Amino acid sequence: MKHLSKAALVVAGLALAACSQPHLDDGYQGPGAGTGEAGSVSDPTSVAHFNEAIGDRVLFAVDQSTLGEQGRLVVLAQANWLLANTEYTAVIEGHADEQGTREYNLALGARRAAAVEELLVAQGVSANRLRTVSFGKERPLEVCSQESCYERNRRAVTVLAAGLSG
Amino acid sequence: MKNLAATLLIGLCAFGASVHTAIAQSGPLRIEITDGVIEPLPYAVPNFVAETPGSNQISKDMARVIAADLNGTGLFREIPAKAHISTITHFGNPVQFSDWKAINAQALITGGVSVSGNELEVKFRVFDVFAGQELGNGLRFKGTTDGWRRMAHKVADAVYGRITGEGGYFDSRVVFVSESGPKNDRKKRLAVMDYDGANLQYLTDSKDIVLAPRFSPTGDQVLYTSYETGFPQVYVLNVGSAQRRVLSNQSGTMSFAPRFSPDGKSVVMSVTDGGNTDLYKMDIGSGKRTRLSQSPSIETAPSYSPDGSQIVFESDRSGTQQLYVMSANGGEAKRISFGQGRYGTPVWSPRGDLVAFTKQNKGRFHIGVMRTDGSEERLLTASFLDEGPTWAPNGRVIMFTRETRGADGASALYSVDVSGRNLKRVEIGGGGSDPSWSPLQ
Repeated sequence: MKHLSKAALVVAGLALAACSQPHLDDGYQGPGAGTGEAGSVSDPTSVAHFNEAIGDRVLFAVDQSTLGEQGRLVVLAQANWLLANTEYTAVIEGHADEQGTREYNLALGARRAAAVEELLVAQGVSANRLRTVSFGKERPLEVCSQESCYERNRRAVTVLAAGLSG
Repeated sequence: MKNLAATLLIGLCAFGASVHTAIAQSGPLRIEITDGVIEPLPYAVPNFVAETPGSNQISKDMARVIAADLNGTGLFREIPAKAHISTITHFGNPVQFSDWKAINAQALITGGVSVSGNELEVKFRVFDVFAGQELGNGLRFKGTTDGWRRMAHKVADAVYGRITGEGGYFDSRVVFVSESGPKNDRKKRLAVMDYDGANLQYLTDSKDIVLAPRFSPTGDQVLYTSYETGFPQVYVLNVGSAQRRVLSNQSGTMSFAPRFSPDGKSVVMSVTDGGNTDLYKMDIGSGKRTRLSQSPSIETAPSYSPDGSQIVFESDRSGTQQLYVMSANGGEAKRISFGQGRYGTPVWSPRGDLVAFTKQNKGRFHIGVMRTDGSEERLLTASFLDEGPTWAPNGRVIMFTRETRGADGASALYSVDVSGRNLKRVEIGGGGSDPSWSPLQ
């Protein structure tokens, strides 16, 4: 996961072919961790390209977990990328803003992550390459207590990882 | 304002002598939430008498802890030592009631402390000054010197019990999440302390996010949620050894919001599968899981009634977060919250009569209480963000999390009387959230 050299990718790809059970948990380092070497945005197979050009996150309205039109387009593009780059798995993190109780926000974040996962699967991404997790309101991206921050915190982030831990 | 003092005095008299039986039958002190401003009962607690050479410091310190306990309730007001006329020099000597009447001390607490090696013995008496007699019998506690604070809390619990006619809550602990660092990288670790913030101990490091610890009915174990695996799962931790084990670790699911049943044999919690969060019960011995709710909505924050027969929880099945009560075995649930706004984090009181909750309405958060059928809702607090109430063992006081607004926003522990009075911050020397109050030790 730390060094995604071409050789490692090939090995990972071979291993994936041989093994139908990617070890998602082992490659996941927690919120926003992503991969160690993201590569160049200009390389369409790179994590950097996925994160920045395609977009690794979608935003939600207050207390909602339905994807908006813009969010839907982002997830469709994520699906195409994942279908083209099968050596990657993803953990989808759901987050909430601070306006809510802790437990409810955990459950709400899970709904948001699931909304992204469901659309990815509907587009043909194998469910066993995906996993969801909710951080509720525990890991805000922005720290102010205004809508300008809240709207960026109500998010689901698709965090890529190399699928196998070896 | 005179009322409480008078009522407290009736309480005193009731314990004082049989001639007051008629008054005693009018019942012990009842602090109704509808009461207006209350004048705290004036009392004196002179330094306890040091009866052995090594007990000088402890005898003073114990009297201070007892005073802090009683003053902290908002129901008592200490008359400071500099106003005292009499000095208690021997525990067994007769009390000069006129000297205590003269300074308007309605109650007087005297004590004696002896230390032998690391053994500590404390004895104390409570007097109804205006009746000129002892309130109940003197008591004696034995322990070790390193447990002197606990023994002082026990004395204060006994005094509180005799004067109010209710159980105390001072000899208790609180487990909570200690917080530090900025809002977008908050470090969280489990900590346990005496109810007054003393004797703080950490139970975990801050490597992984930990949430919402909950004491077992006997206070020796704690349930909590940790992101140790990268995914939230419920753990159980032994408070004495800090040893922990994962309780619910079904791959692909999250588990959180756990609470023990009153018999300590099972745990109710939320499990999220995909986007759907439902309630499950797990038998601790066998690990067997039973699903209690089957609904596409969010069901979380369950809490048992003290007799274990029912569970109060929150659900958004109506479209917004509301409170529901169902049988502890699941089945149909009855909605109990009908006011404006959203309701969450319900907790059944140890007396069984009330449910404490978090209410969110018009951009403000409140801690409130209602009867278990949803009637007589009362809001006790209001702020930018109050949440997560926990009950003192006697059902009189609620502790909760208060978070301040903005980029520098931080969490702190607060407590408030069930009457809505006596709101104050619990001093823990740092940030804190998600308190859970232990039973009386």
